[in-house]
Amino acid sequence: MLALELKNISKTFGTFKANNHINLAITDGEVHAILGENGAGKSTLMKTIYGEHHPDPGGEIFLRGKKIEIDSPSHAIRMGIGMVHQHFRLVRPFTILQNVILGIEPRNFLGMIDYKKARAKAEAIALECRFDLNFDQKIESVSVGTQQRVEIFKTLYRNAEIIILDEPTAVLTPQEIKDFYVIIKNLKAQGKTIIIITHKLHEIKEIADRCTIIRKGEYIETVDVATTSEEELASKMVGRKVDLKVSKSSTVNSDEVVFKIRNINVLNVKNLPAVTDFSFDLKKGEITGLAGIDGNGQSELVEALTGLRKIQSGHVLINDQDITNLSPKAIYHKKLGAIPEDRQRVGLVMDFKVKENFVLQTIDKKPFSNYGFIINRELNRFSNELIARFDIRPTDNEIQASALSGGNQQKIILAREIVHNPDVLIAFQPTRGLDVGAIEYVHRELLKLRDAGKAILLISYELDEIINLSDRIGVIHKGHLWADLGDSAIKNNPKLKEDIGLYMAGGKPV
Amino acid sequence: MRKFLISILSIVLSFLVGALVLKLSGISPLEAYSVMWEGAFSQPNYIAYIIIRSTPLILTGLSVAFAFRTGLFNIGSEGQFIIGALSAAYFGFIFHFSPWIQIPLVMILATFVASLYGGLSGYLKARFGVHEVLSTIMLNWIALYISNYAVFVEGLRRPDMETTEFIQPSTSITILPDWKVSDAGVEWLSHHPFWNSFLRPPVNAGIFIALLAVVVVWIILNKTTFGFKLKAVGFSPTASEYAGISTKLKVTQSMMIAGALSGLAGATHVMGVSKNIAALATHEGYGFDGIAVSLIGANNPIGVLFSGFFLGALKYSGQKIQSTLEAPSEVIGIMIGAIIFFVAIPKIFDFIGDFKAGKKHD
Repeated sequence: MLALELKNISKTFGTFKANNHINLAITDGEVHAILGENGAGKSTLMKTIYGEHHPDPGGEIFLRGKKIEIDSPSHAIRMGIGMVHQHFRLVRPFTILQNVILGIEPRNFLGMIDYKKARAKAEAIALECRFDLNFDQKIESVSVGTQQRVEIFKTLYRNAEIIILDEPTAVLTPQEIKDFYVIIKNLKAQGKTIIIITHKLHEIKEIADRCTIIRKGEYIETVDVATTSEEELASKMVGRKVDLKVSKSSTVNSDEVVFKIRNINVLNVKNLPAVTDFSFDLKKGEITGLAGIDGNGQSELVEALTGLRKIQSGHVLINDQDITNLSPKAIYHKKLGAIPEDRQRVGLVMDFKVKENFVLQTIDKKPFSNYGFIINRELNRFSNELIARFDIRPTDNEIQASALSGGNQQKIILAREIVHNPDVLIAFQPTRGLDVGAIEYVHRELLKLRDAGKAILLISYELDEIINLSDRIGVIHKGHLWADLGDSAIKNNPKLKEDIGLYMAGGKPV
Repeated sequence: MRKFLISILSIVLSFLVGALVLKLSGISPLEAYSVMWEGAFSQPNYIAYIIIRSTPLILTGLSVAFAFRTGLFNIGSEGQFIIGALSAAYFGFIFHFSPWIQIPLVMILATFVASLYGGLSGYLKARFGVHEVLSTIMLNWIALYISNYAVFVEGLRRPDMETTEFIQPSTSITILPDWKVSDAGVEWLSHHPFWNSFLRPPVNAGIFIALLAVVVVWIILNKTTFGFKLKAVGFSPTASEYAGISTKLKVTQSMMIAGALSGLAGATHVMGVSKNIAALATHEGYGFDGIAVSLIGANNPIGVLFSGFFLGALKYSGQKIQSTLEAPSEVIGIMIGAIIFFVAIPKIFDFIGDFKAGKKHD
């Protein structure tokens, strides 16, 4: 039996076709993944199902065989369709219970909110679907993972039978992701139909039954997940063959240390120790990975190394020159490049044109300016050169950075840092939010830099990324260097991933 | 381009709002608007008055727009205007140089003092994190009371008056003040009715300074590395800091330039029109109008030039409906308010785009 069927759905914005004649059939009680690159039209399609968009004329939607039109999200909810957005829509100072009942509060005869009744219903659902929630906690005091569970719970409270999840694991830690998988499996056991929008392949393999692939607004095909490999999924998504694991050449052992971090201490915004007595060396021609769970001092460490945060004590040396507490500009010109964690807030000025973003750090230098006047001709020449060399799309250098996809935005930053020819590159979450094709590209570029003899510090929350690329792996836990695994410890260790996972959680392998 | 379209649509809508208010007051809107049109453009001296009125508005509008491009909301244009005017009145009175030295010297000094005054808000923000809206509002009042105090300081005060002494004639930037009243001038003007009318008001060189300022600000914002960094800070302080731009320095510099532009407005006003300053009961509003000018001009120097002229013309011609039709001239204030209201919520114009594309849902 089909829970939901979409026939010939198109959606046009202006002249842009976000969805082009898409067909989709969701079976009752299945977990169905919608796979596609960023900007492929997944979210547009889901918003159509949820009533946030109206499809172009000609498209049809069937709910359990009956043709329907969905006017608005509230209409969708009444028909048993719930959606959890990537960015949560919760009232932070309210309790979980208040958030759950918001908008459909049960009332007593005085017209006041009947919390007793609300709680009874909520607890019954929680028991049935095995949700572990403390309803009296305020949203602002609970973890992101719990917030997501509240969002899912809200759809259940509204009697949703079909639940749409938009990029559900983008904001979760590895442990929270595991909990999330359990929730999805429980919901499936309860007979709910689940649609997950994602571009993460292992996630699909983990929980989905079937998967529909969308590329550039077009329906490609629907496959059975159990019989399709991750590589096949990736190729169908991108439209060409993709290497999920870029191969790297063996280490060029140079032993030349170019970057030294010596016993540094850094405070966080609340003036509490964030990085404690941290020492680390980077060698030429090596990628050094720094693994760790989000929030263990990585942000503060990178800010301190790039000159944005004061180092309380200790030293940082690049090519034996002390750069401790120099200005960001001075550090940059000592040949330290960085790919910041948050490309939209820190890496780029989103309202600036592409060509302006290329010269953010170097606008004062010749040939880009002369006596304080910008030489536009040089900006154009330089930006067109980089756009061609790094295959940035669209190729228009006058377009605002905000109009580019995440992968192309990251390419701007990569291009900018690479042509500056740094001796040391700090890459902080360089593939965050990117799709498979773009991840492959970034990984290749990092390896190219490594082979060119640069020292690279790769800080990532994605353990797979660290293990794939690194020649040496450190683990940061609560601001301490918790483990430092050299070449021999990485190679020939079948339990490497489990070991690092243990270190990340603050333990030691036995 | 879209922003300018919104400004123009807002202006059109504001005339409808004004018409409604006039109608409710029992006055024919058509008649009132034709009185305003005639009152603005039917005689050369009206146009001269509009230019005089617009000069400080263009400059204070530039001041607000400039700060805005660095992400700062300069509410302090009013206070910076007062400081500029006071400085011009003081230096213009105590110095006795020939005009070629006196005029630039007084103007530069007045502008400089006002730039320090504006820069103070920037420094307070950069150093102590004081929000510029708070500091500039307070500094507006401080400037008003400093000015009122200075007016009564013996030596600067004009005996028995609540004003300062007049500036030296060599400080004046009024065009041909002596020639206009000389025998030859009177004789020539009597044969040239256009100029006779045009030169009757205190026409002064301030408008050329305002035009020059528009060009300079445009060049700074669009052609220099300094403007590049200011805009980067305005769009994204975090990305700018990361890229090695000192946001604190840029904030201070931006407020200094904003202060200088407002101060220049005050200086040209004293040197070209009023020739002295008087004790004030409250703010005159040149700086506050600058906020409106900047908003309507989409925070763009060229836009500010046009919106400055527009607001100057509206304010000048608005007085005329009071005297001729006994219509409330407050309707002008309502119209300006309406323009800003519409400019501030551009979403209301989206329906036009929707309508044209024919994709409106029912």
